[in-house]
Amino acid sequence: MEKPRSELSLILRGVARDPLGLMGLIIVGTIIFCALFAVWLVPYDPIAMNIKDRLQGPSLNHLLGTDQLGRDTFSRVIMGGQVALKVALPAVFGAMAIGLTLGMIAGYGPKWLDNLLMLFFDTIRSFPTVMFALAVVALVGPSLETVVLVVMATSIPTYGRVARTQTLTLRNSEFILAERAMGASMTRILGVHMLPNIIGVLAVLAAMDIPTVIALEAGLSFLGLGVKPPTPSWGALLKDGYSLIRQTPWLVVGGGLPIILATLGFTFLGESLRDVVDPKLRKNR
Amino acid sequence: MTETLLEIDNLGVDYETARGDLKALRDISFDVKKGEIVGIVGESGCGKSTLISSILKLTAPNTRFRNGEVRFKGQDLLQNNERQMRSLRGSDISIIFQDPMQTHNPVLSIGAQMVDIQHRSKAAKADKRATAAKMLAAVGIPDPEARLDQFPHEFSGGMRQRIAIAMALMSEPDLLIADEPTTALDATLEVQIIERLHELQREMHCAVLFISHHLGVIAELCDRVVVMYAGAVVESGDVRAIFHDPKHPYTRRLIDCDPGHIKERARVLPTIPGEVPDLANLPTGCIFRDRCEQAGPRCAAVPPLAGIADGHNAACWLNHKGGVS
Repeated sequence: MEKPRSELSLILRGVARDPLGLMGLIIVGTIIFCALFAVWLVPYDPIAMNIKDRLQGPSLNHLLGTDQLGRDTFSRVIMGGQVALKVALPAVFGAMAIGLTLGMIAGYGPKWLDNLLMLFFDTIRSFPTVMFALAVVALVGPSLETVVLVVMATSIPTYGRVARTQTLTLRNSEFILAERAMGASMTRILGVHMLPNIIGVLAVLAAMDIPTVIALEAGLSFLGLGVKPPTPSWGALLKDGYSLIRQTPWLVVGGGLPIILATLGFTFLGESLRDVVDPKLRKNR
Repeated sequence: MTETLLEIDNLGVDYETARGDLKALRDISFDVKKGEIVGIVGESGCGKSTLISSILKLTAPNTRFRNGEVRFKGQDLLQNNERQMRSLRGSDISIIFQDPMQTHNPVLSIGAQMVDIQHRSKAAKADKRATAAKMLAAVGIPDPEARLDQFPHEFSGGMRQRIAIAMALMSEPDLLIADEPTTALDATLEVQIIERLHELQREMHCAVLFISHHLGVIAELCDRVVVMYAGAVVESGDVRAIFHDPKHPYTRRLIDCDPGHIKERARVLPTIPGEVPDLANLPTGCIFRDRCEQAGPRCAAVPPLAGIADGHNAACWLNHKGGVS
């Protein structure tokens, strides 16, 4: 199948044509690049302590200075990006896959199943995410996996509801009726005909959701409930910087700036993606 | 005598609504023989769409089959389960829908869709693609190989309807249901599409159930005609008999109202006064009584669909001894 690839390149080209989208693409690309090659990019071991050089300002040796244990902040920022993506990507794509499946079943299946799944979605949605996360972390202890699972569980309903609404709109459309009249089975209708119509919307939603998850991981780490020290995370950097703000502002900058940039980058990308994928604007491509 | 393919016998279909049962189809009986084109005419809301969805059993959840049978090759479709129906749809029975702008998946290329509907075939993908291209060529789409990679929005309405015809005929069905296939197209295209459909029909020798309210097309294309009014068959017979010697007042009025039949220039086009009766609250007697100029006391009883000549049936007391009085 060559088709999806050319489709993808068309979409990327569309995003790059939009200035904000291009900016988002550059930021997100940089973050992903840094995360992928973090091991080779970092000038120092991000968890190696060097008490002699603690709490330094930026210099050529340490681009963003060092923290209270003499660890290189720049290395920790780059490694932190890897942690952020390690949480955000599995959580968002896991939630998307599960939400999509459940949502399509709810939208296409019998009414009682729809009601049951909607009840399930609403129950999950009624927990405030942060509170739920705090409760789970308090129960099983902080770890990267816990954060991923909590974020995934709490964002399933968002994807599920969107997928369900799309399915409900599509199931009565004439082309789906035509497919049924041509003898297509339920799995064929859902998998071959509905999925490509829904996936674009969900992909946009996922792109917009990634910064939220990054911020949530940072927030949990800031509270000391995210990833365990000494693993570097942007939230943990902020936390350390917060208590040391009078000695050096560079930890807060090192932790805060990437969060802001990642949020902006993914949001720009998501919004631009939404405009490009929107079927109403498709013909302009 | 050719073999009967589709036999609709005394079919009664209701819709359960909050206002009570809506009697969408009542005592529908007609048949379609192998390789024959049967036209169904009637104004909007006369039950044409209900009839099609009943044959395919793709009805709304509130549909109730009250009585009768729909026999396809001698087998009653109403007794079939979903699985048996699915094996018939798109292989033995195919359908072309009214609005070509809506019947294709907007995000899949035409080629992908045409390959997908051959899902019953075990052939390799390249072969399926070749079959698809051959069908596109057969319906008169130039450069079919290249056009397979295009998306529905890159085709015009007429092209899309040709593609729909190609898709419907790809499995060489025994019965093709054409649900007003040219209503959404302009008049010049209509002629082309009808001619192409007729050619392919002769080639494949499949039976066609052609639903339309365009009498000119029906007269041109069909062997036999079934005239429906408010969920009932009022007249059926040979196309010549129906158009030259209609035996039901409704058929007569319908032909009089056809713009193609009007000889004199008039400021106002002729219409049939009155409205189709409320199907949830049926009037007694002949269904057309309220709008019929010739109605008499006898019309208080429902007239039977009775044979007048060989194969020509009409449900009107005028054809009986003693007339309407």
